[in-house]
Amino acid sequence: MTLDVAAIRRDFPLLSHLVDGKPIVYLDSANSSQKPQQVIDAMVRFMSDDYAPINRSAYHLAAHATDIYENARDKVARFINAAHSHEIIFTKNATESLNLIAQSWGRSNLQRGDIVLLTHMEHHANIVPWHMLAAEIGITLRWVPITADGLLDLSNLDNLLDGAKAFSFTAMSNVLGTINPVRHLCDRAHAAGAVAIVDACQYVPHNPTDVQALGADLMVFSSHKMCGPTGVGIVWGRTELLEAMPPFLGGGNMIVDVRIDGFTCAPLPAKFEAGTPPIVEVVGLGAAVDYLESIGMTAIRDHERELTAYALGQLTDRYGDGITIHGSRNIELRGGTISFALGNIHPHDVSQVLDQSNVYVRAGHHCAKPLMRELGVGATARASLYLYNDHNDVDALVDALALASDLFAF
Amino acid sequence: MPGLDDLYREIILDHYRSPRNRGELPTPPADVAEGVNPLCGDELRVFLIVNEGRITDIKVSGQGCSISQSSASMMSSIVKGKTIGEARAVLATFKGMMNGHGHDLDGVESDTETVTSPPIKLGDLEALSGVVKFPVRIKCATLAWNTLDQLLDRASPGGTSS
Repeated sequence: MTLDVAAIRRDFPLLSHLVDGKPIVYLDSANSSQKPQQVIDAMVRFMSDDYAPINRSAYHLAAHATDIYENARDKVARFINAAHSHEIIFTKNATESLNLIAQSWGRSNLQRGDIVLLTHMEHHANIVPWHMLAAEIGITLRWVPITADGLLDLSNLDNLLDGAKAFSFTAMSNVLGTINPVRHLCDRAHAAGAVAIVDACQYVPHNPTDVQALGADLMVFSSHKMCGPTGVGIVWGRTELLEAMPPFLGGGNMIVDVRIDGFTCAPLPAKFEAGTPPIVEVVGLGAAVDYLESIGMTAIRDHERELTAYALGQLTDRYGDGITIHGSRNIELRGGTISFALGNIHPHDVSQVLDQSNVYVRAGHHCAKPLMRELGVGATARASLYLYNDHNDVDALVDALALASDLFAF
Repeated sequence: MPGLDDLYREIILDHYRSPRNRGELPTPPADVAEGVNPLCGDELRVFLIVNEGRITDIKVSGQGCSISQSSASMMSSIVKGKTIGEARAVLATFKGMMNGHGHDLDGVESDTETVTSPPIKLGDLEALSGVVKFPVRIKCATLAWNTLDQLLDRASPGGTSS
């Protein structure tokens, strides 16, 4: 089915703003998505009518606020088909989620010389926490390379996985748009005796997600890329794994007892939610899940598949050899995150010129410097599509690029 | 919104198309410093030879956007042949222009005498004044200069423009 994009756009107040009398063409959703009125209203309503601290006060309002917060956890669990709501842990962002995994699971399961396998298309958030562990306890990192068309090169995977304790990989590249074969990679990891950790920040907002079908052990994603507010990241993990992991941050809420000689952890999920959580933001995330479910994740993926094909076609038709698109052309193997180079014009200059047409793209290394080095570039320009983008947005991008092409034609 | 003409003036595009003093120098005798803009990944290296307090040769290598590359080209042209003191004065004047006030980019008040009474001719560099209207790009324009700053400090520790 096709999305009613015109109706969807009316849900996002920012998209109806004009800048210098011209509409906004928002093509930076891989960075952070815009927010629908439904999410904004849910947060305002909660703060206006229902707000109270959660989990600790006996009065009615606090109990009610706790119910609303926990209801959001239930929604997120259902959204990714987690077996239990307590498998959903709220953090402050997906970066913290990956640090939680590296510090909690990593420090309690890895020793000097143990191997963690990563890929060349990881975001820094799935690299640096492992580098920190390498410096701290002496683990060894291995890397799955990429192919010329921006896919993972799995030809040597068994050797790379041999002896590895964990395989931590992105489900969808934030630069290339590549959608990796998550189920297959989890199976291969398990066959080698490794734990499968999935960075699903770019995947969950754009695809139907069933963690049980994917076969992962731990997964992270982010509220603000899926129409929710900033300030909330998610860790999902299988119950037995999370129960065996030590706490990450210590403090209030994560204990059942504290004595002068020690403490006793609370059960899941509180064990991993020290201190006052982002209550309002979690409520907003719950509303974002409701919103996405009302549209349908399969419909969103179908829409983005069609729009990505259109964008790749238009960019190539107009600029031919003058544009380099990093990543696969196979629409089944990729999402709507399109990194490109326009001739030899620096991405910063490309995005600066696009800004004059209110076309908003990201220029830079996208927190993926190892991948930039593999691609042989310092930076790329990146246009990323979401449910509220349409052919007009793509046309605006393609037209605006001509201005850059003209200005830097030498 | 300021127009692109404010940013991409012809002289800037000329330095971008035909960068001056492009390349590397053997170290030693040259000293080298690296400048990185962590936001966009731009990296450049400045090679400097100082003889008896005077910059006798300078080269710039690396990659970056039109603003960082043209600014580096202009920087190399204007400081080549100058004494360290004169180069520091140009640097202070340029940074003053980039923040429009006489505060340097770290937010610390700089030597206002140097900044507000400029006997220093910025020449081509004046073309970069439009960058101030595009705050995100100021770091591009100052990348080469901050790298030069490190080299001047090493060439003349604790030295001043006087």
